[in-house]
Amino acid sequence: MIEFVLDGRSKVNTYMQLVQQVKQALRVGLLAPGDQLPKVREVAQALAINPNTVLKAYRELEIEGLAEGRPGVGTFVTRTLAGASLPNQAELRDDLVAWLHRAQAAGLTPEDITALVETTMRASLPVEGPARQSASAG
Amino acid sequence: MEAVLETDQLGKRYGRQWALRDCTLRLPAGRIAALVGPNGAGKSTLLHLAVGLSRPDAGVVRVLGEPPHHNPAVLAQVGFVAQDTPLYRDFTATELITMGGRLNRRWDATLARTRLADLGIPPGKPVGKLSGGQRAQVALALALAKRPRLLLLDEPVASLDPLARREFLQTLMGSVADTGTSVLLSSHLLADVERVCDHLIVLHAAQVRLGGAVDDLVTAHRRLVGPRHDGAPIPGVAEIVRGSHTDRQSTLLVRTDGPVTDPLWTEHDVALEDVILAYLVDGETQTNHAAWGVPA
Repeated sequence: MIEFVLDGRSKVNTYMQLVQQVKQALRVGLLAPGDQLPKVREVAQALAINPNTVLKAYRELEIEGLAEGRPGVGTFVTRTLAGASLPNQAELRDDLVAWLHRAQAAGLTPEDITALVETTMRASLPVEGPARQSASAG
Repeated sequence: MEAVLETDQLGKRYGRQWALRDCTLRLPAGRIAALVGPNGAGKSTLLHLAVGLSRPDAGVVRVLGEPPHHNPAVLAQVGFVAQDTPLYRDFTATELITMGGRLNRRWDATLARTRLADLGIPPGKPVGKLSGGQRAQVALALALAKRPRLLLLDEPVASLDPLARREFLQTLMGSVADTGTSVLLSSHLLADVERVCDHLIVLHAAQVRLGGAVDDLVTAHRRLVGPRHDGAPIPGVAEIVRGSHTDRQSTLLVRTDGPVTDPLWTEHDVALEDVILAYLVDGETQTNHAAWGVPA
């Protein structure tokens, strides 16, 4: 089970924040097909938000084919976004942690590191188009 | 969709002063609606008319399809928490729940006890000795024990500290998720309104300035920035709600009725709070430099 958090200063809609958090959890493998999403009542109460907002987020996930509602039971994950890369993520993460420690030892602040990562990504990774979406559909 | 609250040219007068005038609105069932406006805008007057505490001087108010004044059948299905949660201060929460059971036909005492137990409210202490947050929770539990179809709350969190306010809204949202009760709450706290409400009614100077579903209202309003505006109509703009001008530039908050395609204007999204404030500010601020004896 995951727990939602809200960024009150974010410009992103509350319901969209919930959608994005589920997708993020699906990408990193925190949520897998068959897992139940938190109950609408629990999310509404914990975050003090309108239950209709939670319903709207879950409906959006259903429309995108990522979850399905089972009447009287709850909403369940039907598909993952982790793709084939998930098994490789642990190893990549270890590499990244080692690299981050080296960057820190070399005197880079967190802001320096973020800037370096972002500029390098822009320079060396091709921009991902909508083609990626259709590859994982179905 | 069924309306839980409907008014048509509703008016209420105190002496010669109209506290509410020409108020026409419709609140569909299943919404959590915010009633927003400055002090004296008529918020409490509207809530009092809806709960049958006062009688209209003009127009009609219908709650769950019927006029609420002297209508026990309707009022049995309406919960109301008045401003500053007035309760008999010498009574304990337990006594208030028992009393509610005597006064109401529909009464779920177990629900009220369970809620207050979940929140750790002491059952045997006079409610006058509880904290403001705890007293508000007792008042909410009592209103919910009626299992109302419509819950009206007048400034429920205005006097609470931030933690008590959050806890109150958590309890309220949990209950709404459980029961599907429609809610109308008045509030000054626009951040809370944005978080909790999906329907908005803006009152200003005794009149309804804006009403509707929050999503619709937010998408219909835009901020336009462009060259100084001379008042000519802009295609796609239904109404200029508020404008500010420098010698060469205008910034307009507008209600649109179509896409604004004129390349002179740059379009920006607006947050709900910006929309509300734009409707609450009167056209031009009246300056009074002379009265203060300072140069304009």
